[in-house]
Amino acid sequence: MSINVKNISFTYNEKEVLHDISFSAGSGDVVAVLGPNGVGKSTFFRCMLGFLHPQRGEILLNGQDIFSMTNAAVAREIAYIPQSSSPAFNYTVLDTVLMGMTNQIGLFSSPGPAERKTAMAALEELGIAELAGRGCNKISGGERQLMLLARSLVQKAKILIMDEPTANLDLGNSHKVMKRILSLSRQGYTVIFSTHEPNQAFQFANRVVALQNGRVLAEGKPEEALSECILSSLYASNVAVREIEVNGKVFKLAISYDEGE
Amino acid sequence: MENNASSGRKKDLLFIGLGVLFAAVFFASFLLGRYSVSPFTALKILGSELLRCLSFGAFSPDGGWTGAEYSVVINIRLPRIVIAALVGAALSTAGASYQGIFRNPMVSPDLLGASTGAGFGAALAILLSFGYFGITVSAFLFGLLAVMLAYLVSKMSRLNSTLSMVLAGVMIGSLFSSLTSFIKYVADTEEQLPAITYWLMGSLSSSKKQDMLFALVPIVVGLVPLMLLRWRLNLLTISEAEARSLGINTKRLRLVVIICATLVTSASVAVSGMIGWVGLVIPHFSRMIFGYDYKRVIPASILLGGTFLMIVDNIARLISTAEIPLGILTSFVGAPVFIYLILEGGAAREH
Repeated sequence: MSINVKNISFTYNEKEVLHDISFSAGSGDVVAVLGPNGVGKSTFFRCMLGFLHPQRGEILLNGQDIFSMTNAAVAREIAYIPQSSSPAFNYTVLDTVLMGMTNQIGLFSSPGPAERKTAMAALEELGIAELAGRGCNKISGGERQLMLLARSLVQKAKILIMDEPTANLDLGNSHKVMKRILSLSRQGYTVIFSTHEPNQAFQFANRVVALQNGRVLAEGKPEEALSECILSSLYASNVAVREIEVNGKVFKLAISYDEGE
Repeated sequence: MENNASSGRKKDLLFIGLGVLFAAVFFASFLLGRYSVSPFTALKILGSELLRCLSFGAFSPDGGWTGAEYSVVINIRLPRIVIAALVGAALSTAGASYQGIFRNPMVSPDLLGASTGAGFGAALAILLSFGYFGITVSAFLFGLLAVMLAYLVSKMSRLNSTLSMVLAGVMIGSLFSSLTSFIKYVADTEEQLPAITYWLMGSLSSSKKQDMLFALVPIVVGLVPLMLLRWRLNLLTISEAEARSLGINTKRLRLVVIICATLVTSASVAVSGMIGWVGLVIPHFSRMIFGYDYKRVIPASILLGGTFLMIVDNIARLISTAEIPLGILTSFVGAPVFIYLILEGGAAREH
């Protein structure tokens, strides 16, 4: 299972939003797409999901051109977790997770006991089974991300594309969600997530793609690719990278500072 | 898990209760009216008529009732009751479907302009002395046009989607109602004008046996796909990107749902005139009882909507000797519910 992005460029309203971007990810990879807000991360994701057709380059899903595939075929390989999901109606958590099984349910049928069991198992795996009957407007941001993660688990797609999964979460909840994501990658899932927080790339990703003005500024292992120089340029600010040791494990940490400090 | 299963069983029981209520109201409606018919006689007449239809006229049991009783039950009350049930079911299901497609619990066939558009189409057809078929087709085309226009205007607006959808619907509705006024203005005052005016207020008092078929065919043709696709309607209420990523062809599904919902709305308007608010109120009550899953919302809307309009029609014909148009009665119920929805929506945002 792999996704290959080859030299894609995307132009919108005569403005080049993405320029000559290439990268690939396979089973077990956790890829952080890093960059400040508005560098084209969302556009890049919409291309990888097959929603936007880049004017140049190609995107291959297991070797097949994604734009030659139907929505259903893409959905069997890629699950998408949006930054926020606000349905017009207050569905229960269980109902929301069941929607992930659309591909496995006939056009004219609806989920039965077997599907409900699978959905409950996914909620249990993520530790939020007790929320099943709760309305999804009445749960916290962290619980919502886990619910959407459960929805993509039952979708049975092995590539997870997550748009800023922790953007609206506090430190504790953000860690909980990222830990789940990490353990999924150990089960063989490919995870591609966007973030504007370099420390998340250091802590959780094994690969990083840093985007600046729609171009790849740096790519590779986070600890190698994200130098002080690259990060300073990326965020247009002075950034220092330090190592700290916690419980015998060394973490890299990026901190921005002012010239006089 | 057990909790979910038991709440599922409770909902199943509620559904059976709703079905029984529907059947009870359906039968009781035959007994109500100025000419009294005993329940036993009504049952016998209906049973024998059913047998006659099923055997294509070969078998027609007869006896125990007068010609007047037969005429009241079969020629006068049966068409009214069947059409009331069909129109109630159609408008409620259309409302529930529009609310899903436009991701907005505040829209309904009348607020979207679909009813007004269909009303204009029908008034135009009456003015041009079209037959029943022509009225239905014209109502459908203008209903579809109105929904498309309202949708386009709301898409182009920068207001939030709930507000822009409602405002666009009101605006398109008012455009079509002024066009209808123009038709009334040029219509012949002896025959066409009263026909158009009275019919626009919404009434089933002139329903005849042949009207049943004109309501039945398009409404069933529209309701069947909505019923079959009902679980997938849930997917239209989440964002476009999410729905696509789950593997559905959102464009095609949305188009099918819009066409079916508009078809049943237009058929209802063509056969019974403008009966407002049903499409807003009934889906709302269905969700209060059965939750938000369209798997239950659609069948609940069909049963509740049918029951509701049969009751309203009974009130309309019993309350006074001169019948009150249905549209007036449904507004008495609908407007307060709409106000409640606005207030509740505001409260939900604050929390």
